Amino acid sequence: MTAPHEPIPGTTIFDGRMAMKGYPLNKMCYSFNEAAARQEFLADEDAYCAKFGLTDEQKTAIRERNALALLAAGGNIYYLAKFIGMLGLNVQDIGAQQTGMTVEEFKAKLKAAGN
Amino acid sequence: MAKIVGGVTTSHIPAIGNAIANELFEDPYWKPFFDGYPKAREWLAEVKPDVAIVVYNDHGLNFFLDKMPTFSIGAAPEYQNKDEGWGLKPLPPYPGDPELSWHIIESLVNDEFDICSCQEMAVDHGFTVPMALLWPDQTQRPVRTIPVAVNTVQHPLPTPARCLKLGEAIGRAVASYPKDLKVVVLGTGGLSHQLDGERAGFINKDFDLMCLEKIVDEPEALAKYSIHDLVRLAGAQGAELILWLIMRGALGKRVSKVHSNYHIPISNTGAGLLVLESAV
Repeated sequence: MTAPHEPIPGTTIFDGRMAMKGYPLNKMCYSFNEAAARQEFLADEDAYCAKFGLTDEQKTAIRERNALALLAAGGNIYYLAKFIGMLGLNVQDIGAQQTGMTVEEFKAKLKAAGN
Repeated sequence: MAKIVGGVTTSHIPAIGNAIANELFEDPYWKPFFDGYPKAREWLAEVKPDVAIVVYNDHGLNFFLDKMPTFSIGAAPEYQNKDEGWGLKPLPPYPGDPELSWHIIESLVNDEFDICSCQEMAVDHGFTVPMALLWPDQTQRPVRTIPVAVNTVQHPLPTPARCLKLGEAIGRAVASYPKDLKVVVLGTGGLSHQLDGERAGFINKDFDLMCLEKIVDEPEALAKYSIHDLVRLAGAQGAELILWLIMRGALGKRVSKVHSNYHIPISNTGAGLLVLESAV
């Protein structure tokens, strides 16, 4: 193991530790590449989560559509993006949720970065 | 002999694909972004490349965490996109050039870069969006493609210095290919953006503009950063700058800038475009 880096506020580095923690959650989200898997999930969410062996923490985060909790439970944003996309949400919706802003406020923040 | 004639770097955000599908080229949000591309297309029409080496990162389509290669190169006769979770439709396949792929793989491994070779490889928006921006007509595939996928999903990611060197080795590989071919290298992704965490929405305009300038004549200055530096300065997904460095390394020491564009925001990203021509 290399020496830990100084933490970056509001940022979790998705490393081996997180990859192990999030494996069942990310594997489920990876399955959402297939339309049939998305239908199966939407038909019975709890059964689909159980099929992939999600932890209780991961199941709760999925049920609550809570992006920060999904990340804390080992979710990787690239796989979570499939879950988010399946729900018809985009990265501004999720950005707003994670930063405690309205979507309009979050979009205004992005725009202001160009000034 | 084969020759790298130049390179193009461009952001590859999925929302661009939706905007193209909905033809939002004149929409006030999108216009400053799309207006950057005709000059890049004009340059491509002038140089008429035979092959595009497309350096991108897979976003969880072809690779899962069960096996996560650092550097992968396609060696397939063609490449197909697939649904990425939000209902994307199949596009016409992208023709490959397996003979050149294997030459590059052999040359890289001989040059001490150990590569994962892929005879089947689904390509995601990291590949298809830049292709659609640079060659918009989906009924025509005027270039053969070689996908080069780099792990930016799971840390440890390859260092910027390593990526610049990989690019240089790709340059040597192409230069030693006996057929007369013109090759362009696309470096996709970036610039600054962060999708995840309380820091979501982080964009660093000053850093992006510095990168767009330094990568032309001083890529070594960017190769000095660590991945952790890039995450801090450019956001968690801003580490995709390493893909630009592979492109730059492949172009050789001296290049000239043909065109650039930069616009904030496209989705959550500082969107950069750069066209570089290799020295004759």
